[in-house]
Amino acid sequence: MGSTSAHDGAGVGRRDLIKRSAALGLVGVPAMGFLSACASGSGSNGNKVKKGTKSKKNPLAVNESAPLSVVIFDGGFGTKYAKDATDQFHKNFPKAKVDFHTTQKIQSELQPKFNGGTPPDLIDNSGAEQMDMGVLSSKKQLTDLTPLLDAPSYDDPSKKVRDTLRPGIVEMGQFDGAPVWVLYYAYTTYGVWYSKTNLGKLDLEYPKTWDEMLAACAKAKKKGIAGWTYAGKYPYYIPFSLYPFIGKIGGREVLDAIDNLEPNAWKHPAVKAAFDAYYELYKKGYILKGTPGLDHIGSQTEWAKGKALFIPNGSWVENESANVIPKDFQLSVGAPSSLDSGDKMPFGTIWASGGEPYIVPAKGKNPEGAMETLRIMLSEEYSKNTSKLVKTLTAFNGGTTGYQLTPGMESAVAALKLAGDNVLNPRLQDWYNKLEKEQIGVACLGEMMAGRMTPAEAIKKIQAYADATAKDQSITHYKHQ
Amino acid sequence: MQHGKYRFIVGFLVAPLVLYAVFVIWPFIQSIYYSFTDWTGLSPDFKMVGFANYTRMFHDDVFWKSLEHSVYFVVLLPLVTLSLALFFAFMLNVGGRRRKGAAVTGVRGAGFYKIAYFFPQVLSIAIVALLFRFAYNPNDGAFNGALKAVGITWQPEWLGDPKLALWAVMAVLVWSTVGFFVVLFSAGMASIPKDFYEAALLDGAGRATTFFKITLPLLWDTIQSGWVYMGIMALGAEAFATVQIMTVGPGGPAYSTTVLPLYVYQSAFRDANAAYATTIGVALLIVTLLFAAVVMRLGRRERLEY
Repeated sequence: MGSTSAHDGAGVGRRDLIKRSAALGLVGVPAMGFLSACASGSGSNGNKVKKGTKSKKNPLAVNESAPLSVVIFDGGFGTKYAKDATDQFHKNFPKAKVDFHTTQKIQSELQPKFNGGTPPDLIDNSGAEQMDMGVLSSKKQLTDLTPLLDAPSYDDPSKKVRDTLRPGIVEMGQFDGAPVWVLYYAYTTYGVWYSKTNLGKLDLEYPKTWDEMLAACAKAKKKGIAGWTYAGKYPYYIPFSLYPFIGKIGGREVLDAIDNLEPNAWKHPAVKAAFDAYYELYKKGYILKGTPGLDHIGSQTEWAKGKALFIPNGSWVENESANVIPKDFQLSVGAPSSLDSGDKMPFGTIWASGGEPYIVPAKGKNPEGAMETLRIMLSEEYSKNTSKLVKTLTAFNGGTTGYQLTPGMESAVAALKLAGDNVLNPRLQDWYNKLEKEQIGVACLGEMMAGRMTPAEAIKKIQAYADATAKDQSITHYKHQ
Repeated sequence: MQHGKYRFIVGFLVAPLVLYAVFVIWPFIQSIYYSFTDWTGLSPDFKMVGFANYTRMFHDDVFWKSLEHSVYFVVLLPLVTLSLALFFAFMLNVGGRRRKGAAVTGVRGAGFYKIAYFFPQVLSIAIVALLFRFAYNPNDGAFNGALKAVGITWQPEWLGDPKLALWAVMAVLVWSTVGFFVVLFSAGMASIPKDFYEAALLDGAGRATTFFKITLPLLWDTIQSGWVYMGIMALGAEAFATVQIMTVGPGGPAYSTTVLPLYVYQSAFRDANAAYATTIGVALLIVTLLFAAVVMRLGRRERLEY
């Protein structure tokens, strides 16, 4: 019985068996279901929980007993800052069950839930697995946070939440018109980071003009110290000081035109001037040797060791490199130096904007609870709590008094004060991730700073990439409001 | 007893076939289907767009660059790795000087070398990539340190240099996989009867002749499956992991290390363009099938029974 060798055509030969079973497999597969019922599933609107009673203490009309699910990215900031705020939510609404979940894999965990129509109520959409918020908003997957912004603030009922936030936060959350889809909770200051101590050793102060910058680098070079280093493996760190430099030289409109992907936006003379200035750092040998092969941690470590004076970075560097930054380092952030007297914006002009984007999915069941949690996070108490825990400013405009700020935060507060209204907010990295990081950053700026491409070539190439992005119909396009 | 034979066969085959269909064939069909849509991967609604993704792919320079690099990987990696592994395995098993009692033996310390070669295999590829990322650090990495120590002033930027980066990545893959094939080939060689070698030695054959006339032909089947296996690694997960973890960008500098699986990943999870990612995935599928077909075709030889 069961022989698999052929018997005078009566049985099934081994070859036939294989052929037939393969055919069976191929025929059988499409019968298993309709193609449309694949991984993407079908979206359901889900049942929203009933709203609670609106009151002074509950301006968003949170349902007192509805469960709330929160997913927090567990990265550089940890999760305690958010846990503390959700604990407060639970204290305010003891009947509501709070599911507090943390992960490093935002996209892997949540993408299937979005596709299945069962996302959590509040998400800290951050980290390497950040989900593209442009796509999420254009596919109607997010809740408009305007009710939160118009609600009275947690501390002072006479003030709207909107009016307690730092400059740029609300605009950053908008993608296409009035609705605010994202609330950036952290506030990041970008610029040229340096050690006052190391500058002091060379009898230098932070250079306010580019000539002084070159002189400072020349002086350092004589002592065997490099002027600059940067995350060579991730050259999209260079824009953190380069973009505000462009904006300072040519004015805010130049950066806006770049963000809006306007034709020839990169051909503006201010762009060329800024690129030329940075290229000169390479030409004169002011860049730390080996920089193009260093990653962000590597370059920050060299810089913390005092082998280079300046590094383009953001305020997270204080937390990220805490273990290599010496105690007497006196970490500081500098605004871009003035190129010459023709600069459109004054010295002090700086790039500062929101980080740590929080979103409330449209198909979440308890959007009011999610917004209430954000409202608690934006209170003075919890903003301070966050600043103390993770050494960052938050979107809440204040909360920096009454305790000892770290050197980096203190310098960021001072830099923001000096900047006043001259805060720039280039958006390429939020709107066109690939263009900013891979095409402008790695393929052009990285090559230029490694000396393998001239500024003119880099600009030409970047403009071509920007034009291609503007033409690409598979990408959602945005404009500054 | 032909009665009930079909039922019997089907009974055995149905479970594996269903599993294969659900977890292998079905996802393939889905991917092909999605490559004709504009699915973002972030929301359940999408529409058919015909061949738009394919047109886009054929005009995409980065795709062609990734393809080129993947072809380098799939051609060069097996060639280098398997040649090295064959050489090592031969030396470990039959390459030694003649000693008392045994006509055919490996070089002195073969047992130790076997373990040393195999050692990288116990490390996950992610850890290997991370270690080499430190080793390639231009300022305090092991390679430039070694160069400096022997008095060479050439201090390359390794992964930061578009001319070196791809080779630097390939070297890591060779290092991490060669041990497995040494063990595989050693096992194969152990099953070749010693008499053959002894006869060859009596006839006055040297090491090279023994290798090409005896070892290689008798090991051909093992080499062929090794070739397919290595090729799949070079096209798939291993190549992706090393490029993703080690290189500038990743994929840079100036697109000098981007490979097809990396581009699939970036399109799907960074650019939120799952449909385009599946399109590149289909191209990758075709490359893989072509590779397997070529290897099978070239490798077809008369089987020697012994």
